[in-house]
Amino acid sequence: MIPLGHYLFVSAVLFAIGTAGVFLRRNLITILLSIEIMLNAVNLTFVAFGRQLGGFDGQIIVFFVMTVAAAEAAVGLAIVIALYRHRESLNPDAFTALKW
Amino acid sequence: MLALIPLFPLLGFLTNASLGRRLPKTVSGAVASAVMVASFAVSVMTVLDLAGSPPDARAIEQVVYTWIASGDFVLDVTLRVDPLAAVMILIVSGIGALIHIYSTAYMQEEPDGEYARYFSYLNLFAAFMLVLVLGANFLVLFVGWEGVGLCSYLLIGFWFKKKSAADAGKKAFVVNRIGDYAFILGVLFLFVQFGTLDFQRLAGMAAALPPEEGVFGALSLATLLLFVGATGKSAQIPLYVWLPDAMEGPTPVSALIHAATMVTAGVYMIGRNAVLFSHAPETMTIVAVVGALTALMAATIGLVQNDIKRVLAYSTVSQLGLMFLAMGVGAFGAGIFHLYTHAFFKALLFLGSGAVIHALHGEQDIRNMGGLKRDLPVTYWTFLVGALAIAGVPLLSGFFSKDEILYETFREGHTVLWLVAAVTSLLTATYMFRLVFLTFHGEGPNPAPSHPAPSHPAPSHLAPSHLAPSHLAPSDAPSHPRTVAPSHLHDAPPAMALVLVVLAVGSAVAGYIGMPHGLGGDNQLAAWLAPSFEPPAGARPAEAEAGPEGALELTLMGVSSAIAVGGILLASYFWLRRRELGAALARRYAGVYALLLNKYYVDEVYDAAVVHPIQRGSERGLWRGFDVSVVDGAVNGVGAIVAEGSAILRRLQTGSVRAYASSVLIGVVVILGYYLWR
Amino acid sequence: MMESFTAVVPMLCVTVAALAVMGAEAFRARGENLPVGGLGIVGLVGAAAASVLLWDRNAVSFGVIKADNFGLFVTMVLLLVGVLTIMLSAPVVGRDGLPKGDYYALVLFSIVGMIMMATANDLLVVFIALEILSIAVYVLTGIRRDDPQAAEAAFKYFLLGAFSSAFFLYGIAFTYGLSGSTRLDRVGAYLAAQSLSDDPLILIALGLLLVGFAFKISAVPFHMWTPDAYEGAPAIVTGFMSTGVKAAAFAAFARVFLSAFEPFSGDWAPVVWLLAAATMVLGTFVGVAQSNLKRMLAYSSIAHGGYLLVGLVAANEVGKAAILFYLLAYAVTNLAAFGVIALLGAREAANDELRDYAGLWHTRPALAALMTVCMLSLGGLPPTAGFIGKWYIFSAAVGAGYYGLAIIGVLTSVVSVFFYLRVVVMMYMADGPAATSAPVETPRVALAALAAAVAVIFYLGVLPARILDLAVASVATIF
Repeated sequence: MIPLGHYLFVSAVLFAIGTAGVFLRRNLITILLSIEIMLNAVNLTFVAFGRQLGGFDGQIIVFFVMTVAAAEAAVGLAIVIALYRHRESLNPDAFTALKW
Repeated sequence: MLALIPLFPLLGFLTNASLGRRLPKTVSGAVASAVMVASFAVSVMTVLDLAGSPPDARAIEQVVYTWIASGDFVLDVTLRVDPLAAVMILIVSGIGALIHIYSTAYMQEEPDGEYARYFSYLNLFAAFMLVLVLGANFLVLFVGWEGVGLCSYLLIGFWFKKKSAADAGKKAFVVNRIGDYAFILGVLFLFVQFGTLDFQRLAGMAAALPPEEGVFGALSLATLLLFVGATGKSAQIPLYVWLPDAMEGPTPVSALIHAATMVTAGVYMIGRNAVLFSHAPETMTIVAVVGALTALMAATIGLVQNDIKRVLAYSTVSQLGLMFLAMGVGAFGAGIFHLYTHAFFKALLFLGSGAVIHALHGEQDIRNMGGLKRDLPVTYWTFLVGALAIAGVPLLSGFFSKDEILYETFREGHTVLWLVAAVTSLLTATYMFRLVFLTFHGEGPNPAPSHPAPSHPAPSHLAPSHLAPSHLAPSDAPSHPRTVAPSHLHDAPPAMALVLVVLAVGSAVAGYIGMPHGLGGDNQLAAWLAPSFEPPAGARPAEAEAGPEGALELTLMGVSSAIAVGGILLASYFWLRRRELGAALARRYAGVYALLLNKYYVDEVYDAAVVHPIQRGSERGLWRGFDVSVVDGAVNGVGAIVAEGSAILRRLQTGSVRAYASSVLIGVVVILGYYLWR
Repeated sequence: MMESFTAVVPMLCVTVAALAVMGAEAFRARGENLPVGGLGIVGLVGAAAASVLLWDRNAVSFGVIKADNFGLFVTMVLLLVGVLTIMLSAPVVGRDGLPKGDYYALVLFSIVGMIMMATANDLLVVFIALEILSIAVYVLTGIRRDDPQAAEAAFKYFLLGAFSSAFFLYGIAFTYGLSGSTRLDRVGAYLAAQSLSDDPLILIALGLLLVGFAFKISAVPFHMWTPDAYEGAPAIVTGFMSTGVKAAAFAAFARVFLSAFEPFSGDWAPVVWLLAAATMVLGTFVGVAQSNLKRMLAYSSIAHGGYLLVGLVAANEVGKAAILFYLLAYAVTNLAAFGVIALLGAREAANDELRDYAGLWHTRPALAALMTVCMLSLGGLPPTAGFIGKWYIFSAAVGAGYYGLAIIGVLTSVVSVFFYLRVVVMMYMADGPAATSAPVETPRVALAALAAAVAVIFYLGVLPARILDLAVASVATIF
């Protein structure tokens, strides 16, 4: 049996990759995907803990999170499309009209 | 019953604020004045009621309702009239009513809407001041304290189209905020120490403590913070700078601010907390020294100013200094006595100057006046009474109160402070009569008698015009010769004349209520006020016997009479008989003259230390998109520093979402880092 | 069985109303104008009635929704916010051509999320509630499709919101892993048994949860989205989210940290102290430099979040009650202020620059007067709601020995009056066209809402005792 620590480590790495993606990628769609990676890293954590603790709580929570993530992604994509229509760009740095 | 006193003006405010624009001037003016008269009537009834009860039980209290209750701390909205508050409500509502009546004529040229706006502010101002003096605990007092600050801001900037007026309003606001900050902290601090904010209970608790002799303890700190708050409201060093500029408001407003309301708040607040302050001798010393210094400094500045209202404004600062001196040496009764007489003659002087300005269609420079005695007899004679009173000429009101301050200061052993106060008195008499002689005597516009034009620098050259609002530059050049021929001058219209005469009578006789023992009087005022300055149930020390010291008192009285007369003679010598001599003197001591004329360059120091660096910053484009007029207005150090810091901080918000995300990440890293590596 | 549903009745009322609004919109004939706003108000009032009936009953549904007095107090605040928002929206929706059905349905759904968040007794439910309200508010922010600024605001808000909620969820995961549950009572019981406070996993969980809440209440340094989102969104939406979202998030924040994580208050209090101080200072001092009213009020609402945090740090009985009172005072005042801004806007021009308010007193005296009251209350001047709220917060801080926070708080509120009063000065003491493009007639419904809000402001300022008692009673039941 693979010890809990390994799962946690992998999910932490995944979370870090997602976080880095938010900063490093210059395409809004990719940034959205990075946030999805972060959420899925958390899902992995839930599942790992759930298995460790026994019972199904962890797995059930993951379904909730996936639902929420799907809804969030839908709204996110809609917002990105609205944005694209105004500026014809997907570079996050192109949108700095609001500042100071 | 007590609640009616502030409620009447509040009602007037609501009427004029909501309906004012639809009401004709006569109605809005009449409503505003009538509510003040009603308030005064209720005050008189209340005080008569109070006087009817024995001295030990002279307090009427009304719990309006429970305001805040948290845990075991209960705070009621309580109004309380005790002898001190009685004097104050009479001053505020009485003098206030007179000023309202005067205003009905003075503001006649404003359009309807503005007229109503003016009176609504004026009523609100009076209402808050009455709340301030009636409040039985710090929080109710604070309601009034903040309220008068707000209203003074609105009134000083009433003629906002005049840039200097808008700036003066902002300056008053910023300076008062600094004071308020200290004040609030002081109140919170007292609350922590004593768990109550009720004045009587605070006094009772403080009385049980030993005086903090030689140590700077909690009580000293709290009272010092309160005193800093008082310096803001009552225009003492270092927060006095707003008051001289406050004359940018309509003249009756100046009268209201300087005489009846606002500036007296600080003095009153110390009197109200006399027990706290007298248990903090260290603070008391600071109060006395600051008061004396302010008195002297303002008097020297007043000596050379050429704007009629500015002279009066500095005279207010100076007289307030004397009041604080009295408070600081523990002569609370004398301080309040002077506050009371000052209310009469300063209101009179300001309203008189208003009549002069009114007659001359806005002219304020005394070098363009002269010889007005013939055309404005009512104004002249009443003004003269006011001047004699403030100068301390025997048997007028100012004489008794000022003399008492000097006497008490001397008796308490503060010889140096006494000397400072005596010199201030001399200067007061001199500058007041310089004002009288230059304005009313002589043949006509003065040939710039005290104006050594080439020798003193014009500060307006030092500061770029858009950053140096006109109030920074003293009105050192006659703007334009008088355009109205003397024969066309009209003396004050009836409403104004009536008020002037009433105030003149008041200025003459108001002092007899506090006639000292030394002159065979029985100083009723001091006896009346005494219970307010002592802990509620504490054993009262025996009345100070005046007998053995009568001789000292009489001697000092002679000295101060001589000072007053000497000051007037000095003024008449320089500015009546030998005008050229005054000018020559000014030329001889050009440096000192310029120093005084420019008010010790205090505004310029602010200018150089704060405004210029900011201006340089703005040239580098730091201020993009920022309303520059704010900078203009916020010449006062703190305002500008805040604005500059703000302009830098807002740059952090770059608009890039990536930067925002990094801010979040930094937050995460810092918080987790703190937890993992602490 | 029915018993277990009682706690969710307020939420159900609002949900039904939201569904009805959606249905009405879907089946309406072209050109037909349905009073869907009224439908929403009916739902909100029904929820309010249900909340009143639930008072003092401590109803629990499914173990995860707990309608205790604390939650119900916040629920009532949220419902008030909802009613006022809908009333103020009526003229705006038509004027700006917003999709009516969508708009009201989204407002109602986000209120459902807010109520759920305020009454949630389970970390996962807190998360789901957070997402329900957030997703609706993201869309509301960008609901003006023709406005590029609104799109940008929605995008920034969304991106950062999703980003920070991932951290929040990660915190929940660790909490779950450690305690074996997401229920607050079980988490609390587990944590209370831990004597050693330096188990790194507990602290990581604590820190991550803190981040999630701090983002939603826009505490510095998680505040960066706030000014942009508040400026870009339609004014009325800004008013709604600056009050409703903040109230809901604060309720959950207080519940989680003052109940489950109470045993670790020694660990989180210093951090929250810092957040509070930074939030008050930055919000106030940057607010001074703003020339756009919406942006200025955005910074102001950041600063107000700081004051609320002070109450959380103090966390004595007064402090907890102060949070509730302050939430109510702030919500009503801020919403009314944004309502005035919304009413002064026009489709083509937002009219939300400070200079657009010059001389407003001449053209729209009623709105100017209402705005003045709001500004004075936000500035904490007596005798308004804001003053009592601040007094209460600061005396809680002083009472708990946090003098530093009280000193900073007083300083910032003294400074903040500067920019609030600038608005007043602009309206009364400056000459200008004063939003000439806006209609001079203020719509009745909106005016009634504003008048009601101002009445509440004065009521809370002059006669706060009843509401204070209620707040004290509310916190007494759970903490």
